[in-house]
Amino acid sequence: MLGTGIVNGMVQTAKNFLGSFHDAERMVTVQYPEQRLPIKENYRNFPFLVHDGNDPDAGLRCVACKTCETECPAECIFIEMLRDPAGKPAKRPKVFDIDISVCMGCQICVEVCPFDAIKMDQIFEIATTDRFNPLLLKKEDLIKSNDYYHSLHPIEASEVDARLEADRQKKLAAAAAKAKAATPAAG
Amino acid sequence: MTTETLSLLDRVRERLESAFPGKSFPIIQNTSPAAQHSLLLSSEDAVEVAKFLRDGDGLKFDYLSNVTGVDWPERQIPEKKQVQVPAPDGNGTVTKEETTTHTEPGYLEAVYHLYSMELRHGPLIFRLRTQDRGEKNHLPSLTPVWRSAEFQEREVYDLFGIHFDGHPDLRRILMWEEFQDYPMRKDFVEPDDYEYEPTPHGKVLERVKARTTPAPQEVK
Amino acid sequence: MTLSLQGQPLGTSTRLLDGEADGSILEVSMGPHHPSTHGVFRMNVALDGETVVKLKPVFGYLHRNHEKIAESISYLGSIPYSDRLDYFCSMTNNWAYVLSVEKLGGFAVPERAEYIRVIVAEMTRLLNHGCLIGFLAQDLGAMGTPLMYAFRQREKILDLFEALTGARMMCNYMRFGGVRVDLSPEWLQAVRKLVDEYPAFIDELEALLSENEILKPRLQEVGVLSRELAVQAGVTGPGLRASGVPYDIRKVDGYGVYPRLQFRVPIGEHGDCYDRYMIRLLEMRESLVLLKQALDQIPAGPFTNPQIKLRNLRPKAGEAYGRIEAPKGELGFYLISDGKGEPYRYRVRPPSLINLTPLEDMCLGQNIADVVAILGSIDIVLGEVDR
Repeated sequence: MLGTGIVNGMVQTAKNFLGSFHDAERMVTVQYPEQRLPIKENYRNFPFLVHDGNDPDAGLRCVACKTCETECPAECIFIEMLRDPAGKPAKRPKVFDIDISVCMGCQICVEVCPFDAIKMDQIFEIATTDRFNPLLLKKEDLIKSNDYYHSLHPIEASEVDARLEADRQKKLAAAAAKAKAATPAAG
Repeated sequence: MTTETLSLLDRVRERLESAFPGKSFPIIQNTSPAAQHSLLLSSEDAVEVAKFLRDGDGLKFDYLSNVTGVDWPERQIPEKKQVQVPAPDGNGTVTKEETTTHTEPGYLEAVYHLYSMELRHGPLIFRLRTQDRGEKNHLPSLTPVWRSAEFQEREVYDLFGIHFDGHPDLRRILMWEEFQDYPMRKDFVEPDDYEYEPTPHGKVLERVKARTTPAPQEVK
Repeated sequence: MTLSLQGQPLGTSTRLLDGEADGSILEVSMGPHHPSTHGVFRMNVALDGETVVKLKPVFGYLHRNHEKIAESISYLGSIPYSDRLDYFCSMTNNWAYVLSVEKLGGFAVPERAEYIRVIVAEMTRLLNHGCLIGFLAQDLGAMGTPLMYAFRQREKILDLFEALTGARMMCNYMRFGGVRVDLSPEWLQAVRKLVDEYPAFIDELEALLSENEILKPRLQEVGVLSRELAVQAGVTGPGLRASGVPYDIRKVDGYGVYPRLQFRVPIGEHGDCYDRYMIRLLEMRESLVLLKQALDQIPAGPFTNPQIKLRNLRPKAGEAYGRIEAPKGELGFYLISDGKGEPYRYRVRPPSLINLTPLEDMCLGQNIADVVAILGSIDIVLGEVDR
């Protein structure tokens, strides 16, 4: 009979329409911003720098090795090493800018960082009215604490902490063994 | 896959040499582990060879998968030579080592990847080279043989500047019609008046500063 | 008349009707701003009444010169850029690029990684074909209902991708010699649940669209692509199979672990738009079959090859061409390396661009309303056409 195809289609639409009143599966709209979906742990958006402990300057893990700057495909990171008055590199960044209007959130910087200093943040409600300056994040905007990192990515942060702790213990043990071998027994 | 490709290439080469006596079909070796070697064809008989590849029994390469343009600019290759020069103290000659550079001419190249849908073999790769990167940049178009070359040869014309003779509709495809240069060539200079945002990386910022900083005025 | 650099006149310009001063032919630009052209795509159409007399596609509005960018960044840094080619299917783009680099460098891939790649690629095929059917119905005037159903299903798959890789669309997931992170058992469980629930959705789409009396006359006998023209023009993917050519790169090349998985390849008869639509529905069902097998067979083991360096990868000088069966057709990457950290030449073989080659032949003699249906059934994404 002509029209059965259309009627069958209408039956599907009716099922979806009526079903959305009592079936959670069919009611897929989330009324943002009143309702928000929980953010998954792995979600990544823009990078941030991690500092251990309470002091952002002293506990900063970044040593300004510029690996992330070289590997970034969008070339959005700009780093300058801090130099002490004698001109020697102080292994801390003086300038660390990320232009998040260019950053693609690809997290290659996180993968290549040898010191677990840069990790992915989850901020996305950062719309501004000026196109250039607010979207250039400076070092002060980027440094956040390790506790913040734990709150975003608990599993990943615990793994990183465990690995760094293991490395520290290994270094201490190696230094102790070296010191013992260097000082002969007082005779 | 590698031994199959090599033997396919050898088989095809034998068929070509028997069908086109007197013409040579050198194989360009591919030094990577993929071992996808290719044939070098000359521009004069490219269309005939292509038709033979498409229609010959046992060949039947009816599917042209990919047309690529490559730019090989001219290279300076240093060479060390032993020359005889007069000795400094005037007694006879001594041998000295001299480094001269010899120029390898540049050319543009089009690489074609062929497969056979009927006989399920491939890929067969062949290359066509222009004589230089200036005026003599003409190659025969293979669009009359395989229709899939139509847009791809237009793109190679647009981005590299290889002029395909016999193409039914050769005009720019990705850039706009009045654009003058060939963007994918190695010596393409990017214009710095894009609509851009200065990134923290110095390169664009420096170019802009150089362009917009007024020259120091002479004090009269 | 546009002139070439040497001052000679080139072929025809984008004006279709040079010299034809007949007032009865109307030249219309179905311009770049158009809701049904799947992106910034323009077609110059010459119409006699409502019948198409000539058609020339014009594109390049999304040209980002991805190939030149890739010549200045490392092999690793090209992976996020390859996500953005066909922005619907980032996993298959990644896989094609990574496959080509692995061919270039002779890298081996562990078995678990191959199974993971098959799983995410088939999920990508599901979401691409579902969305395409939705977009096709939308272009024909169904005003969003099938599209929103397809997007509802797509959201489920994108949520799974987000849980795995961290990003919904631009996943940046594959690496040379494997994948970036491993799958967790919870994720596999969620995929199993999805695979169990998906056939109901495909049945719903079929009940909604396949026997619809409005859809059938609009898609059947419209935009017929003959077998010979399809092969000649280099069309690949569902468009080729709808014209009756049994060529699927998963079966022909047998890359990855596809030779171990049993699946059928649907082949069409007529080569019209309706066949292309039905082939995609059937391919969705075959993707579910493949997913079930891959989920059952996936072994434990390493998910990446630790011998391959992440940074400063310098493959030996040479070249390689690697291709996969992307949802749109044959996606291939041709790489020439000169031993340095960046490729010397990086070429993308875009299926959407080459599938557009017979567009004019398919549209001649049809009504202008059919042009939209034909373009919708070819399945183009401008990110891939223009790169």
